[in-house]
Amino acid sequence: MAVEIKIKGEVVYAYLSGELDHHSAAFMRQAIDSAIELNMPTLLIMDFENITFMDSSGIGLVMGRYRNLSKSGAVLNITGVSRQMYKMMEMAGLNRLAKIEQQSNER
Amino acid sequence: MEVTNRFNMNFLSRSANEAFARAAVAAFAAQIDPTLEEISDIKTAVSEAVTNCIVHGYKEKMGKIYISAEILDNNTLRVKIKDKGAGIENIKRAMEPLFTTVGGERAGLGFAVMQSFMDNVSVRSAKDKGTTVTLTKRITPRYSING
Repeated sequence: MAVEIKIKGEVVYAYLSGELDHHSAAFMRQAIDSAIELNMPTLLIMDFENITFMDSSGIGLVMGRYRNLSKSGAVLNITGVSRQMYKMMEMAGLNRLAKIEQQSNER
Repeated sequence: MEVTNRFNMNFLSRSANEAFARAAVAAFAAQIDPTLEEISDIKTAVSEAVTNCIVHGYKEKMGKIYISAEILDNNTLRVKIKDKGAGIENIKRAMEPLFTTVGGERAGLGFAVMQSFMDNVSVRSAKDKGTTVTLTKRITPRYSING
């Protein structure tokens, strides 16, 4: 599990990879939150393209970052989600809080 | 339905074991030839149940988690995930989507995800004795074209 942070202007990109569960979510949360605190973006893009496994801890990670961003009025976009991840995100109503783009290579 | 195969294991409630537990059950289930999507469903449901044992059962303290997985003769996987921790006072409420007792970073979706990805989820729990979650999923038989 890893998070790669890239910054372009007022946008923070967080490229997540590996398995996202309760164990790895804590590390990812810290990495993203410190990038938000440091850069104060107007837009955070969380990319799930290279996540190989995700349980509901991923939903908690997204919801927590959404809450964090909305304090300063910043917006959250989510990219690269698989069909199964989308199913969980929809269950939590995340599609009403953030723009979600599914993986381009989904059948 | 008869049990044709079974394995048991137990491990400490360290969060590092979440990945191990779901991978072990998925590897055991491989003998009834699940699709990649079915494997992913099984791994996700097991991960939710094991995380519940760690976060709620033992409240991040060390305890033992017990998993017993069985293959039934109609191509069905049955997995029991048990802790000897706090127990659930109100199972019905615990199973409601978005309900969580810990707040913060937990979405409260554990049981909803288990129910959505498995055919059946049953919960037995007693206060201060622990919780057993039983997950069942039938794997659709596939036939190889190469014979």
